[in-house]
Amino acid sequence: MKEWLKSGSPWIWLNGGAVALCMIMVVGLIGLIAVRGFSHFWPANVVSIPVSMPGQIPVTVIGEVTRQETVTAAVARDSGMTVEEDVELVTRHLIKRGNRDQFPSDFAWFPELYMGEWSYPDDILMIERREWGNFYGYPVILMREGERYLEAGDEGFDAALRESVQRSVDLHHEIETIERREVGRINTLLERLRLDERRIELDGLTGAARADEEARIAAQREALNNEYAVLRDDLDALYDSTMRDSLVMEMSDGREVTISLSEIVRVTAPNKLSLFGKVGQYFDRLWEFFTEDPREANTEGGIFPAIFGTVTMVFVMSIIVTPFGILAAIYLREYARQGLMTRIIRISVYNLAGVPSIVYGVFGLGFFVYFMGGSIDEMFYEAALPSPTFGTPGLFWASLTLALLTLPIVIVSTEEGLARIPSTIRQGSLALGATKSETLWKVIVPLATPAMMTGLILAIARAAGEVAPLMLVGVVKLAPTLPVDGVFPFIHLERKIMHLGFHIYDVGFQSPNVEAARPLVYATALVLVMLIVVLNLAAISIRNHLRERYRGESD
Amino acid sequence: MLNITEPPAAGRTGASSSLLPDPSARQRLRRLRTLKDKCSRWGITGAGFGVVFALTLIFVYLFYEVLPVFRSASIDPQAQYSLPLTEGTTSEFLLERYETLGIQYTEQGSAVFFEADNGNIRERFEIPVPEDTAISSFATSEVVSNAVIYGLDDGQAIIAGHAYDFSYPDDQRRIDPRMEYPFGESPFTVDEDGAALTHVAMQASARGMDRTVVAAVTEDQRLLLTTLTSRSNLLTGEVTVESDTHPIRFPDGEPMKMLVDKSLRNLFVLDTEGRIHYYDIENPAQSRLVQTVDVGDGDRVTAMDFMTGTVSLVMGTETGELSQWFLVRDEDNRYSLERVRDFTSHDAPITAITPEYRRKGFLAVDEAGQLGIHYGTSARTLYLETVSERPLRNVAVSPVNGRILLLDNQDRVQAAGLWNEHPQISFSALWNRVWYEGRSDPEYIWQSSSGSDEFESKFSLVPLSVGTLKAAFYAMLFAMPLAIAGAIYTAYFMTPKLRGVVKPTIEIMEALPTVILGFLAGLWLAPFAERNLPAIFSFLLFMPLLMLLFGWGWSRLPLWIRGRVPEGWEAALLVPVILLFGYVAVVASPWLEVWLFGGSMRQWFTEIGITYDQRNALIVGIAMGFAVIPTIFSIAEDAVFTVPRHLTQGSLALGATRWQTVKGVVLPTASPGIFSGVMMGFGRAVGETMIVLMATGNSPVVNFNIFEGMRTLSANIAVELPETAVGSSHFRVLFLAALVLLTLTFVVNTLAEIIRQRLRQRYSNL
Repeated sequence: MKEWLKSGSPWIWLNGGAVALCMIMVVGLIGLIAVRGFSHFWPANVVSIPVSMPGQIPVTVIGEVTRQETVTAAVARDSGMTVEEDVELVTRHLIKRGNRDQFPSDFAWFPELYMGEWSYPDDILMIERREWGNFYGYPVILMREGERYLEAGDEGFDAALRESVQRSVDLHHEIETIERREVGRINTLLERLRLDERRIELDGLTGAARADEEARIAAQREALNNEYAVLRDDLDALYDSTMRDSLVMEMSDGREVTISLSEIVRVTAPNKLSLFGKVGQYFDRLWEFFTEDPREANTEGGIFPAIFGTVTMVFVMSIIVTPFGILAAIYLREYARQGLMTRIIRISVYNLAGVPSIVYGVFGLGFFVYFMGGSIDEMFYEAALPSPTFGTPGLFWASLTLALLTLPIVIVSTEEGLARIPSTIRQGSLALGATKSETLWKVIVPLATPAMMTGLILAIARAAGEVAPLMLVGVVKLAPTLPVDGVFPFIHLERKIMHLGFHIYDVGFQSPNVEAARPLVYATALVLVMLIVVLNLAAISIRNHLRERYRGESD
Repeated sequence: MLNITEPPAAGRTGASSSLLPDPSARQRLRRLRTLKDKCSRWGITGAGFGVVFALTLIFVYLFYEVLPVFRSASIDPQAQYSLPLTEGTTSEFLLERYETLGIQYTEQGSAVFFEADNGNIRERFEIPVPEDTAISSFATSEVVSNAVIYGLDDGQAIIAGHAYDFSYPDDQRRIDPRMEYPFGESPFTVDEDGAALTHVAMQASARGMDRTVVAAVTEDQRLLLTTLTSRSNLLTGEVTVESDTHPIRFPDGEPMKMLVDKSLRNLFVLDTEGRIHYYDIENPAQSRLVQTVDVGDGDRVTAMDFMTGTVSLVMGTETGELSQWFLVRDEDNRYSLERVRDFTSHDAPITAITPEYRRKGFLAVDEAGQLGIHYGTSARTLYLETVSERPLRNVAVSPVNGRILLLDNQDRVQAAGLWNEHPQISFSALWNRVWYEGRSDPEYIWQSSSGSDEFESKFSLVPLSVGTLKAAFYAMLFAMPLAIAGAIYTAYFMTPKLRGVVKPTIEIMEALPTVILGFLAGLWLAPFAERNLPAIFSFLLFMPLLMLLFGWGWSRLPLWIRGRVPEGWEAALLVPVILLFGYVAVVASPWLEVWLFGGSMRQWFTEIGITYDQRNALIVGIAMGFAVIPTIFSIAEDAVFTVPRHLTQGSLALGATRWQTVKGVVLPTASPGIFSGVMMGFGRAVGETMIVLMATGNSPVVNFNIFEGMRTLSANIAVELPETAVGSSHFRVLFLAALVLLTLTFVVNTLAEIIRQRLRQRYSNL
């Protein structure tokens, strides 16, 4: 033992333990997010449990089991549970019983101690609603235009229900398309006319020119208003049509509730589903998650606008950062005189990669948004003042701020790539009579492309995961419109965007019902982590290939 | 020399004998190439400079935004004219919100509204004094309320107030002043005996019941307290005023000025000897003298007024001293008037003190013609200069602090523009303890805003800096051992195969968005840790022991088992051990709580007097440690790995064990590199935003308790910057916080980088 201690082996084991712990933490963290994130889409069975707490009327609880934990009796008592004296540990289950509009809370803890036998009745329905979250209960009657149409248990009830739900979902989709696309377009155009009118005022147009212009605006406005009236009629008809069917449901406590099918997204009978059916539903939900808009203060529905916003922002950022980063790196490596000054600049640039991102956010807000944006507004968007166009946080400023933030990453990576190119190649080209720029653009840059790619990918990964500066310069919890649409100029750089990282922060920490939002946060986190891990792995593999390649060439 | 021979059957006759283009084309081509070369050079140089410029701009711009905070006030004289009404004494002098109208109240009962630019009278009102009576005293209520009171020589008093009507004919603002009489135009009785009121004071209650208190001193030196309540009849709109008067015992001395605060609980009577008699008048019938303080310290007090909010009193003495006083509560819940701070002295007796409307600042003028602009919280004197050859009598400042009117003893008025945007901030306000209004001691507090206009902003950066250091400290405490030990092992002991897995994994760890770490820390780890506190502690304490135990056990195993796993795989062997122990710790956690902590460890903490927040420094330490580990790890690993081979091989050849080599050769050589890694990690921990934002309660406390939260500089910026008004002091303080962060991390990173470069040089010399 003494000898073993003296040999220093204990230290080696401790050091090894540190590595093991780090690895466990990384893998564990990603694993945790993956498990929680992926399981969000799985249609879990809905359980029915009779619960008889001492001193309370026995009830039946219907819902999904969210998780369980074992706590000491003291803790359980603190949380308001009645626990008998001789009990030391209590196992309790968190049941998602839904029906937020009917029960005081949609999540509740129940101790295992007082639970009866768990059962999974086949006829329980889980209804995903546009408002108030999920509903769990037994179907009673399907109503059509206020009349009884079919009762649960009647032949063809399931099929009729499925068909009715599909119909109302389709109708809703149609309404949404009209409202989003058509009405949105008309509103944008009307707003432009208003600004045109204001501009006439500002430009001080007089006489015939003014009359012409006013006539044009009036005519266009008339046309748009007519178009809108037609749409409005269509919409009203559609809205009426969605109100046709409703479903009477019985809750766990025996009360009956009528739910209009117009507020239903999906109806499932999870306990009846086969494994195959569940897998189908899993992908259905996954698809919805990727393509739909969020609902219920972002705690339900999809994250499409967030994904779209993140991608657009990163795209615009790449367009800005790539040329500047690469040119700056080429300058530092190929053109600048390698003296003290260049060394200072290089160290400073490298260090900017370590400057807290929030500082960039502050700079972006002050300089880009208020100073540059304000100036742009005064010069080009005077008509819209005092409501700012570019003088407020938005997509372009977010991209520009992130471009500044990721500039050092691109520069460092590109420089590294340039430094790695053997000087023999450079000298060879120059010896053949090529000018410096020819050597650069035809020999060096193509060789360094993978390094530049690595830099860009790392920059994108960093930008996609950054949240703190974006909170200041253009990301919001709910953007009414996407930054890209069908109205000229198609990419609206001044619009505010949604962002995956901010979505996580917002839903996880600012939403009124954290418990309900939790699975969605995990799923969103999973998307973000996967995106970033994939980007980083790509960068790492490109870099490794690069190393191999030059190791061969320089030998 | 190449000889270009003519091709045998060279096409057409007269064709060039060479394949090269003719000289003029070559010339052109060469020029084109030179041009391209130059373009490329200039383009790239331009872009390079552009980038450097953009990055420098960050510093410059942040600095530029912060700079105004430290500027003093300045005034620029605009006009001079004589007072519109020169007969009679001017007792109050005001300027309205749009800085176009000045107001002059005279002791003879006139209120004159005049153009602030030239002194032309806009409107003149006379206070409706009944016949056969004369005005014997005058006082104002707190400036914000725009109310004044006139005491009459028959024991009665009138309360008046000015108000403005705004209209916008032709898009031009027009201000029409008018007078209001909240308790009717007829005077109400203060003294039943009908003695003349020589001094009056009044204040309306700030909240709750509509109540007004009037204090008065009569000719025959009686102090009276009258409470007025007005009720308006809903149907007729008629206002009935009820008044209720109580005498108060008054000590010796001759009263000079009285002030009642807005809570209507405290009355301060200044006498001619420079003493203040402080009365508790919460219940007017049982008013009592609480304290008599010699505020002038022997000198006479020549001017006194409330700061806005009526919490603090400002005194000016005949020697020109200025001091701030307010009521401080002691442990026994008793109040006493305390001297809180002094301001730069004037050279002559102070003649008037005018409080600012919405901030805790005031202006003072004196007999020598000096104007002083001072600020309470920051104890700054922003301006102190002689602005007039004649003694000054009074000064008015507009509610938006953009213009002042100075009145001298010859009844000349001087209008001047004022710039005084950021008086709240000074070095001492940011970094020293400050005695804020209503607190019993000077403290470090960050509380930037509140619902009320009279709120005293508390901009101490100390709680935020302490929070930042606290978060960074616990993060480093968690990260340093793991990262450095891990780096040494990975670089020196680990098999290359395993290393090929570990390195990329750590890089992925570095790339994980901090918002994800923060969300897991806040939503998963914090509740988990709260439920399983014993598990967390037993894990932290016993894990190293268990590793050692396992290592020892492994060395005892027969060789054939040990031989199966070559050296360099220790880490992999430990993985199941750690997982198993972690599982056991969590399962055993409730039992430990039952056996050792009476059922709940959290409760136990509370019982022994330790505050426990769910989102605390422990959670932040772990989460931010996680974010910092890869930074330290990568740099430290690099430093250890690049230690020249011949050094370690030499050591091993001399018979040192592997660990002795590490201790004696590798670590001393690589220590600068490891240190540089630690510094980089520290830089990252200091600036991290999302993790602290999500995993702490963001309360700006000043302590290092591991079970309490904190608010860091960066999180504070993220929380408050979107909410604050552009260009305000608060806005600029947040920019200052960003500048501090930028400078700090920049310096730390530069040092780390320089150390690293030195190290690289050293290696190449070895």
